[in-house]
Amino acid sequence: MRMMGVLDTLCLWLLPPGLLTTPYMWHAYVCGTVVAVVATLVGYFVVLRGAAFMAHSLPKIGFAGIAGATVLQIPPLAGLLTFNLLGSLVLSALSRRGKRDVVTALTLVLALGAGELFLTLGHAYGETAYALLFGQIVGISGPQVGQTLTVGLVTTGLWMTLYRPLLFLTVARDQALARRVRERLLENLFVVLIGLVCVMTVPVVGALLSFSLLIGPITTACLVTRRGLHTLLLAGALGLVAVWLALLLAYDSGWPVGFFATTIIILEYGMVHIGRKAISGRSSKK
Amino acid sequence: MGEAKPVLDVRDVHVHLQRRLVLSGVRFQIQAGEFVGLIGPNGAGKTTLLKTILGLLTPAQGQILMDNRPIRRGNPAIGYVPQKVHLDPDIPLRGRDFVALGLDGVRWGVPLPRRSRRERVQQALASVRALAYADAPVGRLSGGELQRLQIAQALVGEPRLLLVDEPLSNLDIRNTHEVVRLLRYLARERGVAILLVAHDLNPLLSALDKVVYLARGRSMAGRADEVMTSESLSRLYGYPVEVMRVQGRIVVVGSPDVHVVPPDATAYTSLQDWEVTTP
Repeated sequence: MRMMGVLDTLCLWLLPPGLLTTPYMWHAYVCGTVVAVVATLVGYFVVLRGAAFMAHSLPKIGFAGIAGATVLQIPPLAGLLTFNLLGSLVLSALSRRGKRDVVTALTLVLALGAGELFLTLGHAYGETAYALLFGQIVGISGPQVGQTLTVGLVTTGLWMTLYRPLLFLTVARDQALARRVRERLLENLFVVLIGLVCVMTVPVVGALLSFSLLIGPITTACLVTRRGLHTLLLAGALGLVAVWLALLLAYDSGWPVGFFATTIIILEYGMVHIGRKAISGRSSKK
Repeated sequence: MGEAKPVLDVRDVHVHLQRRLVLSGVRFQIQAGEFVGLIGPNGAGKTTLLKTILGLLTPAQGQILMDNRPIRRGNPAIGYVPQKVHLDPDIPLRGRDFVALGLDGVRWGVPLPRRSRRERVQQALASVRALAYADAPVGRLSGGELQRLQIAQALVGEPRLLLVDEPLSNLDIRNTHEVVRLLRYLARERGVAILLVAHDLNPLLSALDKVVYLARGRSMAGRADEVMTSESLSRLYGYPVEVMRVQGRIVVVGSPDVHVVPPDATAYTSLQDWEVTTP
């Protein structure tokens, strides 16, 4: 009897009523899945090219876009897309080699300031701001799922197109330049790639923490394997687990998705790190 | 002359860099299968010349022909091994994938796993004897190992000309010897024309077919014993320098870069000496 009680509680917790019947949870799961996969792909290059700061900044620039959209009363995703693409273009146009961090920082601050103003003007404090910053699962509508899927497809397509020359440029720049790889074009498209992926991550995990999904799973996967394809597959799996579990926990508790996603990603990293240490420690003792 | 057509024909090339004339009348030829050393003091314009051959710089005067046609940037018949690469130790990439980029890294899209592609990469790895660490992460390899992978990356496209920029500057004697032997082998057996940049001639002396000595923007080309004489180098420098042979090593005294043998390379001996002392 006691056993049954525990199982019941567990089932209630793992499959809370309404989890699979509520449309918005379906929406959240579909979006979350797409987001986790695409973030892994783009995160691979973010880590490879050392562009973490840019990947950290673009979602916040997108946050200003959503806030602006509430003022103009246009769809939030449109504002997000516009600001992220604009931000990407500004960043790649202004940044020269070595100066990228400064430009990124200034653009970030400007965008945050603008976002603050837009939130006030749009009288959208409270709920909206909270959702923007920390992610929301209740608000994802049917059309929004379609939009996320579309952006996901475009991003994946762009990623696949860029893959080889961008990898060549990243790991063997001199050879790539000698072979006529177009550096400027590729760098610009890479920033656009980050901008696009942020358009997808912000609505789900929020502007503040969407960066974690780009960097975390890939970094963890790199601890285990350094074969390109294996890294991508493992990182994808880690990202999916984090997002799925975070959505469930957020539904259970009512706490923000971003918090859970980030915590799980950090836990994954920690566990893999400790596990690897333990294994290498044991094998070196032999 | 009437002999075989040169793979590379550098004709009286003048190059300006930021309004400064860096190369003023460089001329030499490389035949298929020739192993040529491009030697000269620091700042003589060796890297500038390589960039011009790669088509990254345009000569103000003169021209460079490859197989009798003017060179162009991105020519797949030229393989390039740059000076030094810095790779993050944690980079998620295998040696094999690094080499494959030399085959089709310029193309858009994701590579399809084709058998012919795999085999060509495998061959390139085998020809530089790098199969043992082909599946190791590239960031964790030693300087000598990475050098070999870079050569494999340049070779995998089956170039007719290989440009190798200062491959020996970061290597110890043992690796220096091995890289030189590998390059000589590639020239002899594969018929690849090789132009190797070095500031010190001595480790290469016995392996090279030809020397192109670069000083003050001008060049002198020929066999080592023709070029490395007090008379011809004095003419090139425009003032008297003396070429001395000390214990099988060549030292140029009086050039702006007196230490042709760099201070940290006192252990360098000529290749011949080294072969004798190897157990």
